[in-house]
Amino acid sequence: MTTLSPPATAGRPAPPPRGPHRRRAWVGWGFVGPFVAVFALVFLAPIAYSVYLSLFRAQLVGGTSFVGLDNYSRAMQDPQFWSALGRVSLFLLIQVPVMLGLALLVALAVDSGRLHGRNFFRIAIFLPYAVPAVVASLMWAFMYGTRFGLVGNINDTFGVSLPDPLSPGLILASIGNIVTWEFMGYNMLIFYAALRVIPHSLYEAAEIDGAGQLRVITAIKLPAIRGALVVATIFSIIGSFQLFNEPSILQNLAPNAITTYFTPNFYTYSLAFSGQQHNYAATVAILMGIFTMIIAYAVQLRGMRKEA
Amino acid sequence: MIKKARRTARAAGVACVLTLALGLTACGSSDSGTDGAGDPQAALEKGGTITVWAWEPTLKQVAKDFEAEHPKVKVKLVNAGTGDDQYKALQNAISAGSGVPDVAQIEYYALGQFSLAKSLTDLSGRGAGKLASSYSPGPWNAVEDGGKVYALPMDSGPMALFYNKDVFDKHHIKVPATWDEYVEAARKLHKADPHAYIANDTGDAGFTTSLIWQAGGRPYGVKGTDVSIDFSDAGTTTYTKTWQKLLDDDLLAPVSSWSDEWYKGLSDGTIATLATGAWMPANLVSGAPDAAGSWRAAPLPQWKAGDPASAENGGSSLAIPEKSGKKDLAYAFLEYADAGAGVKSRIKNGAFPATTADLKSKEFLDATFDYFGGQQANKVFAESAANVADDWSYLPFQAYANSIFNDKVGKAYSSGTRLADGLTQWQDASRTYGTEQGFNVGK
Repeated sequence: MTTLSPPATAGRPAPPPRGPHRRRAWVGWGFVGPFVAVFALVFLAPIAYSVYLSLFRAQLVGGTSFVGLDNYSRAMQDPQFWSALGRVSLFLLIQVPVMLGLALLVALAVDSGRLHGRNFFRIAIFLPYAVPAVVASLMWAFMYGTRFGLVGNINDTFGVSLPDPLSPGLILASIGNIVTWEFMGYNMLIFYAALRVIPHSLYEAAEIDGAGQLRVITAIKLPAIRGALVVATIFSIIGSFQLFNEPSILQNLAPNAITTYFTPNFYTYSLAFSGQQHNYAATVAILMGIFTMIIAYAVQLRGMRKEA
Repeated sequence: MIKKARRTARAAGVACVLTLALGLTACGSSDSGTDGAGDPQAALEKGGTITVWAWEPTLKQVAKDFEAEHPKVKVKLVNAGTGDDQYKALQNAISAGSGVPDVAQIEYYALGQFSLAKSLTDLSGRGAGKLASSYSPGPWNAVEDGGKVYALPMDSGPMALFYNKDVFDKHHIKVPATWDEYVEAARKLHKADPHAYIANDTGDAGFTTSLIWQAGGRPYGVKGTDVSIDFSDAGTTTYTKTWQKLLDDDLLAPVSSWSDEWYKGLSDGTIATLATGAWMPANLVSGAPDAAGSWRAAPLPQWKAGDPASAENGGSSLAIPEKSGKKDLAYAFLEYADAGAGVKSRIKNGAFPATTADLKSKEFLDATFDYFGGQQANKVFAESAANVADDWSYLPFQAYANSIFNDKVGKAYSSGTRLADGLTQWQDASRTYGTEQGFNVGK
């Protein structure tokens, strides 16, 4: 390779590239242009507009005024925002490990080759992912009902009184159950796909070395799918922070268990559409975006470091 | 100032581009601007399609009749949700500037929020001003403000006690005349049949404020942008003391109104009474058809025996959003449905009108309800309407306040907080919101 840019001589700035160089640069833009235009329109512009919105305050009396970062400092002191964030964090800490653990277990079982009806299991466990979240929530909501739902039927049939899954104390666990049901198959498929690409020679070598199944899992399979684990974890973190459909559907049935600030997304929705506080809603949305990015990035960094 | 205006213009530009990208046409203004009232007759002859957002069941027939009368006009009746859900969608459409319906059903309590934001068309120039004497004073006061008319009253909701007579007879329970008797009836019923409850209640802002209204409480005071909110007056305390008894003894079914479980409960007798507005019969007929013949209407139980008082619950109007593109046509429909021939058809299908002529007519009062076993229920409702105190006012941001009711008062229904404490928290949250929105909030 010869030098593309001339060596800078002392005291004289390098001459700008001219002629064919410049034309080539514009040709590049021509190719990238359509993408950049669409990207700017559908990704950057809405974000910029949200940031812009978050700097104002619109009042029913008095109209709109510029308030700088007031909305941000208000969010920092807003107990409802923090309680929403705390709730999804708790959800994240408990539901995500449970779901990913189960998904991993199933993926390993399906991959082990010792399961009868492997294809049936694979499809059956993946199927809930194909059910829209709204439908899934409705379905579960009917089952959770203590009067006419499955829980009610069990209570009547066996003369027991199960705790109400839609009560304030249990609602988060009930939602966790729905989300686990929905997304276990999806994560299982990610893990299973990663497991399938492990070369068979490794297993043969392990067998020759006399390694048992457990050792094969810990020494070969798990390290090999670390990348998939990190990806699934990041997806799940984002999903947890964006929790909305399930609480929004269940709120009709459990209005006293699910507050209008149950999750950050739900809070944003209530602020914007019931409270007409679009500016503050934009602020909360931006803050949540930043939080999610930080945590997802931290997990990614940690995952990659281990990989190295 | 100029800078700010330019900024806003730029923002609007961005919004326009975004909307265009989504394939919607929203930019520029439609025919509205200042409200040049056109000729509805000409609009009717020219024809066109209007979109009506409403959940009131009797409007279906009205829309059909209207189309039959004006063959060139199509009425697209859309159920965009009941109450708060619809207001969210409407607010959303108004903010976005697209997909705004030409006519929207809005309950009286929520009108203030939309009229304050200048989202509704002033109908006084279209002849609505002359209709004042056609409506009961309560509903008319709710749609009129300072000479401007923001909607036409569609129905009104003087409260009555609907009860399942079969259940009451089966357990030999007397129809309660006071709320104390109501509590006794609740105990007796639940003891006789542990599956049955006197009523369902999971915390309903409209219901709570209505009962406070009946008990003589006046928690809200509104004078322009001066607003006062106080849930500690005597009327409120009367209500909380009695209702707390029902909560303490678990005598209310934990079922939310308008849910599937609710309709089932109304059908199978496990929810034995329903204290609500006189617009309910149409909903009972469509929602709990199996219970036809079992239900009756009775006067609302009283707080003080021998001192009949009542309150309004719900009741709604039809309004034309400022951003509607077909106001002339929309007004023609409004007048037809709320002041013209549509009223008769709606009464026939079980709606409760707000027009005085109909309320006083013998035909209306003598009408028998098959669903209520042939009872002349309108007599009960009309008596209730006469007993409604008309000095009640809702907040200009009542829709929002109601949307956070369960956040604050819900705990009284689910986990042992006192009802009175819940109401105090609700009051504080409403005050905070009012202050944030620029109102002058006092106690």
